[in-house]
Amino acid sequence: MSRRVSRRPPAVALVLAGLALATFLVAPLLGLLERAPWRELPGLLGEPEVRTALRLSFVCSLSATALSVVLGVPLAWVLARTRFPGQNVVRALVLIPMVLPPVVGGVALLLAFGRRGLVGQWLDQWFGVRLPFTTPGVILAETFVAMPFLVITVEAALRSLDPRYEEAGATLGASRWTVFRRVTLPMIGPSLLAGAVLTWARALGEFGATITFAGNFEGRTQTMPLAVFLALETNPPAAIALSLVLLAVSVTVLAVVGSRVLARPRDRHVGAAAVSL
Amino acid sequence: MSLDAHVGVRLGSLDLDVELRAEPGALVVIAGPNGAGKTTLLRVLAGIQPLDAGQVTLDGDCLDDPGRGRFVPPERRSVGVVFQDLLLFPHLSARENVAFGLRARGLARGEARRRADDWLGRVGLAGSARARPGELSGGQAQRVALARALAGDPRLLLLDEPLAALDATLRVETRRELRRHLDSYAGVRVLVTHDPIEAMALAARLVIVEQGRVVQQGSPADVRSRPRSRYVADLVGVNLLRGRGTGGTVALDAGGVLTAADRAPLDEPVLVVVHPRAVSLHRRAPEGSPRNVWETRVEGVDDEGERMRIQLGLPIPMVAEVTPAAAHELTLGAGVAVWASVKATEIAVYPA
Repeated sequence: MSRRVSRRPPAVALVLAGLALATFLVAPLLGLLERAPWRELPGLLGEPEVRTALRLSFVCSLSATALSVVLGVPLAWVLARTRFPGQNVVRALVLIPMVLPPVVGGVALLLAFGRRGLVGQWLDQWFGVRLPFTTPGVILAETFVAMPFLVITVEAALRSLDPRYEEAGATLGASRWTVFRRVTLPMIGPSLLAGAVLTWARALGEFGATITFAGNFEGRTQTMPLAVFLALETNPPAAIALSLVLLAVSVTVLAVVGSRVLARPRDRHVGAAAVSL
Repeated sequence: MSLDAHVGVRLGSLDLDVELRAEPGALVVIAGPNGAGKTTLLRVLAGIQPLDAGQVTLDGDCLDDPGRGRFVPPERRSVGVVFQDLLLFPHLSARENVAFGLRARGLARGEARRRADDWLGRVGLAGSARARPGELSGGQAQRVALARALAGDPRLLLLDEPLAALDATLRVETRRELRRHLDSYAGVRVLVTHDPIEAMALAARLVIVEQGRVVQQGSPADVRSRPRSRYVADLVGVNLLRGRGTGGTVALDAGGVLTAADRAPLDEPVLVVVHPRAVSLHRRAPEGSPRNVWETRVEGVDDEGERMRIQLGLPIPMVAEVTPAAAHELTLGAGVAVWASVKATEIAVYPA
């Protein structure tokens, strides 16, 4: 080799990058794919417990996503479009479930909505509603963990939307609600969709908060991640089969969100012209 | 039907305090430098920006009066606004943009569409009803914005720099067209611009706003003949000097004396207007009738094609306009010493 200056990246970086790829991406995926009981797969996925877990997972994660949209979009709007004291504290609070260990989240939910919990005792006394160890409890746990993904995505979109479009709507005689429905929502649509997909993916994979708050009851609170964990002890091929389903879902989500985010900057008239006085 | 507003708003460094009256049928143009408060004024009239002090009355209806705790939000004002960068809804077609206000005011979908198509036809865009704003040219988008603002049959039409988004070639044609649509509209119209040509071409009455205050108003001809500020003088392209009258002459504040045919009021502050065309330049001291002759230096030369604007330095800084041939003959360039002369009859003097 000549001694001329190499333009190639340093060997150390290459080795570490390769190690990262191999250890954390290729090996686990290969492991999963290599051990997958491909031939028995249809049978395994047809088993009643598996189908029950699958159905429960989809019902709960979609409900959690819907709940996150219904509650999270207004929350994002308030954070982006209004000024109030302590706003930054609220914004930080919204993010807590993203960084909190899910098990801790589950414990916190138990202390709040458990039968003796801060809110839970009144729910029980007044309405006879008990959330822990029920399907609605699963939805609650998943919403708790996943909603921040929706809120931060939608809030960012609202912030980058020029508020003068909403003002233009108002001068055309549209009420606030009409402006929101016909101007704001369509203009942040792609971000809302991306946020909802991320939220759904997070809810679908939720484990810690769910098992802590809602337990692991087949047909009632045993979602796919819980079923995978349990099956690993009793029926490893089923665990692998379930994992493959979750993997397929994740990859699909990544493809959808990725293409959405990349394809977005069409027709965006944002920010450029701030109000000239 | 008329608009009567006293607008007091404090917003950051802007302190706006402007009285504005507008009658239907006469386009009021508000002109002023950037940052003067023009757009804020329009936002107040539209109801987007609430007043801090004053009141806005349209046809006797009070729209905003903080003193009496009254504020009518934009959606209940019956205003039409053409925004500076149009703000057409990018996710809606041209037709849906125009129909938006009609739908919001409770018209059935079919009827709103029919009227929107009718409006698009009037602005010559019948064929583009289904196009999104992103697919329209600048001129087409401008016409959609105008149709959208007019479709609701507003009592008050506000236009914020309506031609600013267009390139120069489109502007003349679109301005003519805009004028036609404005003439056929019966309500009160207020247009904001910083473009002198637009202001002069469209205005029935011109209101000049600088730093949040009205500095001058009147017909374009009035404003042109008696500018009251540097901005207005630049707007109409004349030299404006300040001084004090001393009978037949004016002692300029910046030094120097000019003789005018008009008698300047004795010892009163006056404004002096000299048209650049009235300033003659010579290589040697001229002998002749002009009362005002002084020696100066060329500070800069702006080539504007068929004419050259020569910036003259002390003792009396002003602009002279000459033909390129004359500039060439006199070899005018920065630093060249010249003699300037102006006839006393070409100098207009009026009280400041």
